[in-house]
Amino acid sequence: MLSAITKKIKKISKPFEKGHLAEETRVCSNEKAKRGEALVRMEGIVKRFPGVVANDHINFEVKPGEIHALLGENGAGKTTLMNILYGIYRPDEGKIYVGGGKVEIKSPRDAIEAGMGMVHQHFMLVYPHTVAENIALGLSSSKFLFPLREVEKEVAELSERYGLKVDPKAKIWQLSVGEQQRVEIIKALYRGAQVLILDEPTSVLTPREIKDLFDILRRITKEGRAVIFITHKLDEALEISDRITVLRHGKVVATVDTFKTNKGELARMMVGREVLFRLERKPVERGKAVLEVKNLRASSDRGLPAVRGISFTLNEGEILGIAGVAGNGQRELVEVITGLRKATGGEVFILGEDVTNCSPKKIIEKGVAHIPEERIRMGLVPSMSVAENLILKDYCSPLFSENLFLKHTLIDQVAEKRISEYSIITPSKKTPAKLLSGGNIQRLILARELSEKPCLIVAAHPTYGLDVGATEYIRTLLLKQREMGAAILLVSEDLEEIMSISDRIAVMFQGEFMGIVPTKEAEIEEIGLMMAGTKRMMNPSEDSQ
Amino acid sequence: MIPKLKIEKRPIVSSSVTLAVSILSMLLALIAVAFVFLGYGVDPTYAYQKIFIGSFGSLTGFSETIVKAIPLMICGIGLAVAFKALVWNIGAEGQLLMGAIAATGIALYVIPEASSVLLLPSMFIGGFLAGAVWGVIPGVLKAKLKANEVITTLMMNYIASNLVEYLIYGPWKGAMEWGFPITNEFPLSAWLPYLPIGMGRIHYPTLILALSLAVLTYVFIMRTTLGFEVRVMGENPDAAKYAGMSYFKTVILVMLISGGLAGLAGVGEVAGIHHRLRYPKGISPPPGYGYTAIIVTCLGRLNPLAIILSSLLFGGLLVGGDAIQVIGLPFAAIGLFNGAILFFVLGGELLTRYKIIIRWRG
Amino acid sequence: MSLEAAEFLLHVAVRAGTPLLFSTLGEIYAERSGVLNLGVEGMMVMGAVMGFGTSLVTENVWLGILLAALVGGLLSLIHAFLSITLRANQTVSGIALTIFGLGMSGLLGKAYIGAPLPSRVRAVPIPLLRDIPILGPFLFQHDPLIYLSLVLVPLLWLLLFKTRAGINIRSVGENPATADALGVNVHRVRYLCVFLGGVLSGLGGAYLSVAYRPAWTEGMTAGLGWIAIALTIFSMWSPGRALLGAYLFGGVEALQYRLQPPPPYGLGISPNLLAMLPYALAVIVLLAGTRETIRKRMGAPSALGTPYVRGEK
Repeated sequence: MLSAITKKIKKISKPFEKGHLAEETRVCSNEKAKRGEALVRMEGIVKRFPGVVANDHINFEVKPGEIHALLGENGAGKTTLMNILYGIYRPDEGKIYVGGGKVEIKSPRDAIEAGMGMVHQHFMLVYPHTVAENIALGLSSSKFLFPLREVEKEVAELSERYGLKVDPKAKIWQLSVGEQQRVEIIKALYRGAQVLILDEPTSVLTPREIKDLFDILRRITKEGRAVIFITHKLDEALEISDRITVLRHGKVVATVDTFKTNKGELARMMVGREVLFRLERKPVERGKAVLEVKNLRASSDRGLPAVRGISFTLNEGEILGIAGVAGNGQRELVEVITGLRKATGGEVFILGEDVTNCSPKKIIEKGVAHIPEERIRMGLVPSMSVAENLILKDYCSPLFSENLFLKHTLIDQVAEKRISEYSIITPSKKTPAKLLSGGNIQRLILARELSEKPCLIVAAHPTYGLDVGATEYIRTLLLKQREMGAAILLVSEDLEEIMSISDRIAVMFQGEFMGIVPTKEAEIEEIGLMMAGTKRMMNPSEDSQ
Repeated sequence: MIPKLKIEKRPIVSSSVTLAVSILSMLLALIAVAFVFLGYGVDPTYAYQKIFIGSFGSLTGFSETIVKAIPLMICGIGLAVAFKALVWNIGAEGQLLMGAIAATGIALYVIPEASSVLLLPSMFIGGFLAGAVWGVIPGVLKAKLKANEVITTLMMNYIASNLVEYLIYGPWKGAMEWGFPITNEFPLSAWLPYLPIGMGRIHYPTLILALSLAVLTYVFIMRTTLGFEVRVMGENPDAAKYAGMSYFKTVILVMLISGGLAGLAGVGEVAGIHHRLRYPKGISPPPGYGYTAIIVTCLGRLNPLAIILSSLLFGGLLVGGDAIQVIGLPFAAIGLFNGAILFFVLGGELLTRYKIIIRWRG
Repeated sequence: MSLEAAEFLLHVAVRAGTPLLFSTLGEIYAERSGVLNLGVEGMMVMGAVMGFGTSLVTENVWLGILLAALVGGLLSLIHAFLSITLRANQTVSGIALTIFGLGMSGLLGKAYIGAPLPSRVRAVPIPLLRDIPILGPFLFQHDPLIYLSLVLVPLLWLLLFKTRAGINIRSVGENPATADALGVNVHRVRYLCVFLGGVLSGLGGAYLSVAYRPAWTEGMTAGLGWIAIALTIFSMWSPGRALLGAYLFGGVEALQYRLQPPPPYGLGISPNLLAMLPYALAVIVLLAGTRETIRKRMGAPSALGTPYVRGEK
């Protein structure tokens, strides 16, 4: 029995003997765990990008066996710092120490050899390949011919050990998001990661999956490994971490022991001022129906059903927030409503007219504004000027063109007006749009979409990646449009955002609405359960006034 | 001391850098091809002298340069529209031949009795339509079936070339010349008039057409709604779709224009130079106007006005090809310029987008 | 059709399809690693002229073939440098390579037009197997280069799908950022695959001028390189299907010889019309391949044609 155990341990620890650095850290970590010394130390890290200092003389360290949360707003520099630790970026200044010794991490390969493992926010997986092929990728220690047999065996063992249940032969695109994340973790552990870096891991998980992840993390750290947990969510940082480092505008604000701090203090450190958690929402008279969706169905890019029978009505002067973890069909729903995707069943009516499967042009002409999820890829022509981007959709209108010819003077005039109205910061209207900052790009898009008083606004993740100031501005703008009688469909992963400005909340899970509740009556726990698919309201398609 | 290269993206692409890079690319290509001349035992400076004096130094030479520049210009302008939308029309050669076929058919068999006033415009319209159809077919395949247009347009080139051969060996066979069949000569009413300068071969109506097309196309791209759609589609097809622009419409439009223009070039060649249909390599001598036009367009950075200049340059190179045969170099050496210039333009294009910073480390 | 005629057709189909097979196999590797190389025609024609010229001058066909493969590889490196290191537009770069190759080969080949080749690539029929009806003439009465191509197909398939290197290559073509993050040298993998593509294209061209014809005429590849690219899509980037496609085209070419003569030997169709067949077929094959790619949603390597830059926003 003992020999069987030792054999098993030997087998499992074999892949972890990678590179002398990892060996050192593993050996050192046990000793240092006793002394409380750092596993990884980053000193004086500076990283500059054109126009911004992403990391400004940051000191950061991780102790063995700890879960260390790296907390900050979007754009605070957390991912940049970890990308430096993982070798994706080189720091402009600063040093990195692993296990007490200075290291030069010039590439992810060096980082892996030094014992780092990283699970990125957008998974670094090859979707058409199998789990085993993904894990075997780049492994110099595997066999040349038929390497997968061995890999599959060892993956099975690893997943047993840490509770990371996954089928090595499954193709990645067949797995759920939670399972894909587990593949990423196994990938890192397989290569002997002593420090596991997770970048916003919970943004794609249901509450249940989050709980499972936390269990897995605790098991991993029991053996002296450390976990760095990047997040912008205060509650999670408080729940899972041993220590928290707060970043703001590229600088370290403080590193605190978790049990010694609280939500309010952390929020203040993150933002620098008291944050308004709720915006003013005036009661508005609800008007006639603007958008009616009946039993809508649509498929994803891979041909799997993404929208499976959605029905709802949206009236003038109301905001319907669609909550739900990304990847449950929200993107496809938005695309069908705006004409960018074909519906496979059901109908869409705008102002009483059937617009199912009409061209985007027709839908734009009906007065529908679309603030796209991917600002730069979809909503902007980066190399064209600000002015040209401002008329991207109405260049055909009699205001801007006559008989095929564009009226440039008029276009310029209107561009000036919109730039000042929406406070778009740009050197001139002729500047290429790609030079604008993220917040100003969104202002440009809003200026374009909202100027013509649309009757329906479809806003997909409008404040994603923007700072607090821009976020507040956009939410206020949407509320103003609501007061002017527009109907707004808001899709957001940020539950707090949805709750603060929506009149009603619909929870989307696997292509269906689990329920539609008025915000006044909504309870976070109930919404969470619906997001996870465990709760479903009776007759979710009927509106609850 | 090992220099470390760092490649950084330039925030703005300035036109002065673009111009400088275009000129630099050409110079580098000239230097590269000079080595080939050396390989043939010919002094490169002497060869270049012969080429440039031959093409630009005398009235005769310059008139021939213009003659060769005309089809390059027209094709190049059409290609600029297509490339602007990132539709890679490599079929200008075939579209040109189709235009030639149409013009021949009209001149010899459809309305041979008609007067110039009716015949010539009909030939041009017919040629435009033939080229346009030849271009729209791959366009439809691309827009509806996502077929790679590089391959489809190229295949159509070979089909068109074989069609010409079929016609001149078969139903349209007239006489024989150098062992190759040719069609009958066009009636005089189908001949384009000449400018009486140089070698007297400049068929000026086509030249005027070419120059006007350059201006028209420039205005079209920069100042019309359709041109706006073409530009947006070339810069960001996702945004074009999001903005309600029709991908299908834009692809068909640019293929129609570029195919039709290439067809016009074909009409110009048979009505202005040959006055009959010949074997394909006779109408469009190697390296082929349709293919050379690709480089003309790229060197002119897809700007119809700049294309006027670059087509003159390449016309001169083609004339130079005749000149260098006197000093022992084969005409085919000129074909090298095409590839070389395109390579260097490509490499140079990156210089306009990226800055290369060299840091010396001790 | 008599048995004899059928056997003859199959035999010629393989011979005619072999240049295509080599080039397609090469392009499959280049594209699997994410690089679109439209310069196949240029590399093939340079392989043809170099192969022929070297064989003529040195009176050694095998030296000629070797050199041709090398030249193809070297040319491909130009495209590789522009596309991978300098991140140029791969479509334009490939076209430039083709135009350059056609021009260069026209220049180099001037002296060889009409020259006969002193030594030839002889057929080596395999004893016993050669006598099997239909299969014998089809597969076992060929020259060593064809046998090489037949061996390469399963070998290259194995390498791509069942080895560690194959995983790396395919991942680089699907998601280079992921491969890079795991320590795979994306640029090196791409250079190697493009080089392999060039070598095989040069080989294909050499086969054309040294074994199949043998002769040199300007532009003798006549679009074969482009057909190879259409075949790459048709084969869904798998060596096995490339074999099928290449011999299909070989068959069409062989068919031309049957249909051209006047009756009662053939159908008397004009050779010019018949010559259009391969090109029209290429378009059809391209459409078929593209449709299947879309239908299966997992055809082309996702990163095909996109240069890779680490961490670029």
